[in-house]
Amino acid sequence: MVPAANREINVTSIVSIEGLKKTYAGGFEALKGIDLEIEEGEVLALLGPNGAGKTTLISIVCGIAMPSAGRVTVGGHDVVRDFRAARNLIGLVPQELHVEAFETVISTVRFSRGLFGKKADDALIEQILKDLSLWDKRDSRIMALSGGMKRRVMIAKALSHEPRVLFLDEPTAGVDVELRQSMWDVMRALKERGVTIILTTHYIEEAEAMADRVGVINKGELLLVEQTETLMRRMGKKTLTVDIEPPLEALPPSLARAGVELAPGGRQIVYTYDTAAEKTGITDLLADIRAAGLHLVDLNTRQSSLEDIFVGLVTESAQ
Amino acid sequence: MNLQAIRAIYLFEMARTFRTIWQSIVSPVLSTSLYFIVFGAAIGSRIETVEGVSYGAFIVPGLIMLTVLQQSVSNAAFGIYFPKFTGTIYELLSAPVTVIEIVIGYVGAAATKALMIGVVILITATFFVDLHIAHPVWMAAFLVMTCFSFAMLGFIIGIWARNFEQLQLVPLLVITPLVFLGGSFYSISMLPPFWQTVTMFNPVVYLISGFRWAFFGMADVPVAASLGAIALFAGLCLAAIWAIFRTGWRLRS
Repeated sequence: MVPAANREINVTSIVSIEGLKKTYAGGFEALKGIDLEIEEGEVLALLGPNGAGKTTLISIVCGIAMPSAGRVTVGGHDVVRDFRAARNLIGLVPQELHVEAFETVISTVRFSRGLFGKKADDALIEQILKDLSLWDKRDSRIMALSGGMKRRVMIAKALSHEPRVLFLDEPTAGVDVELRQSMWDVMRALKERGVTIILTTHYIEEAEAMADRVGVINKGELLLVEQTETLMRRMGKKTLTVDIEPPLEALPPSLARAGVELAPGGRQIVYTYDTAAEKTGITDLLADIRAAGLHLVDLNTRQSSLEDIFVGLVTESAQ
Repeated sequence: MNLQAIRAIYLFEMARTFRTIWQSIVSPVLSTSLYFIVFGAAIGSRIETVEGVSYGAFIVPGLIMLTVLQQSVSNAAFGIYFPKFTGTIYELLSAPVTVIEIVIGYVGAAATKALMIGVVILITATFFVDLHIAHPVWMAAFLVMTCFSFAMLGFIIGIWARNFEQLQLVPLLVITPLVFLGGSFYSISMLPPFWQTVTMFNPVVYLISGFRWAFFGMADVPVAASLGAIALFAGLCLAAIWAIFRTGWRLRS
């Protein structure tokens, strides 16, 4: 969208996706040509409804699914031709809870490290398990753990080989509030260490809280990728709600202007405005309300959330 | 070569074996002892010798092969099927490992377990019959080659299987009849001429014959044919595995 910004990102991008398409054997087109540059050290949230193609995208980057067309590189290594070098850099935490039920926590994490070709490092594994509050459970069989703990075991496995890029496919799905906070802490700590994180989520607040950039996927297409803040500012609308006395039957002509509505019941004037505009028009509106002889009972403003933006985009693309 | 990965897979699979070591060993030891009691002592006492070898000793190579073939196929099949079933295969597919490394790890572990059980049966056999092994090195070589090649077959079955029934099907419906009809309990020369010809299409005949040659110096088919058969079988399995990973058949979408 902004060529200059894109060029800047290209310089430091660790994951580079070009014209990626995926058509499954049954003919279903899961990805319809995705282009995406992921900057080293950033947290990118991929938002999208179920079946949008988020998991397919991750699966191709990580080597679980094969691309039908296009090219993906991780750290400059092609994920198909030079898969060993590419996969060495990647940690994956899939969406479903896939665990070795009969193994102990520590043995399964050690196995993961070995599988990625790294020498045993018990000090590192101890640190990872402590960071994820799993150290006390290290000798427990995984089947004896709660769902939240199993998910943390999967994160520990993904971190065991010190990946530079971590894919988290819905890391906090079905996780309670407290655990979600602790997952976020783990993600923040990883980000501080320079790990690039790509997470998919249904929870908009998660994207808002964690992500530097947000990508919205729907029906196999990347609708946009933008800095979380820019997106909020660019598409973020604020609404000012003014409670008035006495109630009105209709909006007086002196107040009628773009974005102003009278709420049903006539006790509230709702003004939707753009925070990015030079002049919001709030002062004028408030002055005009007073001039119209109305009494201001209360007023509040509300910023539209990423969720509103997301729903707007997805419905727009569906039309 | 990602040696760490091979080591990790191998040790992980062996740990699984040792968790259930008693049931892995007790059952073959028990069934072998039963075979010796029934065929060696009860029926064998009515059969004097087969080509100069006491019947009890004659069936030892066949009995070892029977168990080793079943074990190598089912261990390897289960070893790769289980991660598919639980979903943990995602990690293997996303790891920086090649087909060769995966196969060495899984097939090596399954073959090791089958080999261990084969040795245990051999030791058990010495309690029932006097054994003199004519070519011990060839005996070991035949055993190891059989374990590895049939573990590869098991690995293919594990990838092919979509459910536990299919996983059991091949060992039960294919391996067991082939071994029983492959001369475990008789010499091929005891069969009518027509069946002698039919039986030459059974690959297990070559295995058991070669293995028996290593024990007693006598064989139904030339030793070179036995070695050739194992090599051909191992080569076919390797080619199939290579093709599976190349196309991602039943592994990668």
